[in-house]
Amino acid sequence: MSKKALTLAEKVWNSHLVAKGEDGAPDLLYIDLHLVHEVTSPQAFDGLRLAGRQVRRPDLTIATEDHNTPTWDIDQPIADLTSRAQIMALRKNAEEFGVRIHSLGDIDQGIVHVVGPQLGLTMPGITVVCGDSHTSTHGAFGALAMGIGTSEVEHVLATQTLPLKPFKTMAINVEGTLRPGVTSKDIILAVIAKIGTGGGQGYVLEYRGSAIRALSMEARMTICNMSIEAGARAGMVAPDQITFDYLEGRPHAPSGEDWNDAVAYWKTLPTDTDATFDAEVFLDANTLDPFVTWGTNPGQGVSLLGSVPSPDDFEDPNDKAAALRALEYMGLEAGTKMKDIAVNTVFLGSCTNSRIEDLRAAAEILKGQTMADGVRMLIVPGSAKVRAQAEAEGLDKIFKDFGAEWRFAGCSMCLGMNPDQLAVGERAASTSNRNFEGRQGKGARTHLVSPLVAAATAIRGTLSSPADLETWNSEGGHI
Amino acid sequence: MEKFEVFTGVAVPFRRSNVDTDQIIPAVFLKRITKTGFEDALFASWRADKDFVLNQAEYKNAEVLIAGPDFGTGSSREHAVWALRDYGFKAVFSSKFADIFRGNSGKQGLIAGEISDKDTERLWQAIEAQPGVASTVDLINKTVSIGSLTVNFEIDEYTRWRLLEGLDDIGLTLRDEQAITDFEQRREAWRPKTLPARS
Repeated sequence: MSKKALTLAEKVWNSHLVAKGEDGAPDLLYIDLHLVHEVTSPQAFDGLRLAGRQVRRPDLTIATEDHNTPTWDIDQPIADLTSRAQIMALRKNAEEFGVRIHSLGDIDQGIVHVVGPQLGLTMPGITVVCGDSHTSTHGAFGALAMGIGTSEVEHVLATQTLPLKPFKTMAINVEGTLRPGVTSKDIILAVIAKIGTGGGQGYVLEYRGSAIRALSMEARMTICNMSIEAGARAGMVAPDQITFDYLEGRPHAPSGEDWNDAVAYWKTLPTDTDATFDAEVFLDANTLDPFVTWGTNPGQGVSLLGSVPSPDDFEDPNDKAAALRALEYMGLEAGTKMKDIAVNTVFLGSCTNSRIEDLRAAAEILKGQTMADGVRMLIVPGSAKVRAQAEAEGLDKIFKDFGAEWRFAGCSMCLGMNPDQLAVGERAASTSNRNFEGRQGKGARTHLVSPLVAAATAIRGTLSSPADLETWNSEGGHI
Repeated sequence: MEKFEVFTGVAVPFRRSNVDTDQIIPAVFLKRITKTGFEDALFASWRADKDFVLNQAEYKNAEVLIAGPDFGTGSSREHAVWALRDYGFKAVFSSKFADIFRGNSGKQGLIAGEISDKDTERLWQAIEAQPGVASTVDLINKTVSIGSLTVNFEIDEYTRWRLLEGLDDIGLTLRDEQAITDFEQRREAWRPKTLPARS
């Protein structure tokens, strides 16, 4: 009997089956890696305590502080008392239950989705969960990585498993070569604009095609990170030599004989050639422009060369109503050219775009330039290690000379939980992942952009791409 | 968890699509370390507007929410479900829920029932014709009724069974503890371990 052809997601799923669900019950899946942060865990640890349960596998669990943490004066006690209480609760829980923790000031502290890959804990063929929807980031390694709620966090702490319903598979085929100035962020914003914020619901997405294969691990993480913004439970990229090269030698990557065993297994993971997906989407990388959002959900995006749409452009009455509300909230007129939109703030950071490659790309654009009048720019590395590496490469000097604020690691201005927030009515170009109403501060307006667009926008003061700069060489990129 | 069978309460027509969890509960309220007391945080930004539907006298004590498509998108925060529950909601209906939100609801005994866009509109109209009208949510028959109008809703069978029985997930899983232990014996050596810590 020939073996059924399988997709990458199905292979990872099948290899983690503890018990097959019967009579409509979900399958029970083993969880290889559980990442924990301060916001979605206190009630889960409390639940364990109430039930007299332990953390089943502290050796598969790791905690870091990121959402609430300030990004400067990190040697001072956290000023906001409720934030401080939440951080202290995590530290106390980690100690009581024997969970490894990287606290503010530690070299391995940072955004949970930057820390896991950086330590070499995230690897192909594993299951990863975290009480955070952007756990999809780790799918870039060919892991099945899902965001979960606090009850599920408690469930994984107690049992190292999760009851899950099988999902459908969707191939996102991106063929061709990106033009200079166009990045993986633009790919994912274009994908979400195409399929909508609910388009991936019930699916695990697999990003495929020549444009994806050509991307670095950092760029793949950016794409997988935003799978949740299309409503998908997870997003994945098949592991290849780029994945193995990124992993080899990292602190927790397998070594010696284990490394050889692992690589041999990882090479069996890519989707079989004759496997079929439940749905397929196609995107042409050759013609893709830088993409930016105009509205209040990540699906409301257009080419940077385009204009703010009119509610009348939408046929679906819900989309029309959403567009009307979004334009009102964003303070935008239909027909305005995206490039004419002026911003007050530029934020380079978040689990989407705060890795060393993102900082290098921005530094190349910002080098020797001056910031537009009336604009402020925050540059927030994803982890303490990324910060140290950027400083070793002299990137911090470029940022400071430009006039940007060079911060310590954390989620920062991606969400309104720490001191880095926008004021009412302020408008930001942000490399983060959500442009929801109030996401970056009450009444704040967000345009999601790539690091390159963020950098060019900080120079010009209006939404811009590097191609709009005098220093841009149309043949091959930046001079 | 309490058993859920049939429930009657005021329904509110929530004529919005894409209600993300940042709207259900803004991040600033996530700093708390308790699991209850989130009622003040529900739709906090929108509630500042006096015309917001939950600020209207007829709907102030609503317990059933009928929303547009793509409800609960965005962040995984279970606080969104806690806030709805603490405010008093027992059931939410939409033609499309975000996966994580739907999962979180099931854990907390909040019904997340799927109804068609057409039935959503019919329910909205029935409520608006009689603001403050009670609705009956019947989990046994998977229906929601307002007066003479009854529509069917979908909820996965396993979640429905758990809610009808009032069963807790961890307890159910631990019935399979031997299978978990057996699986752990088979796991390959290359799989990640966080301890001992290496940097």
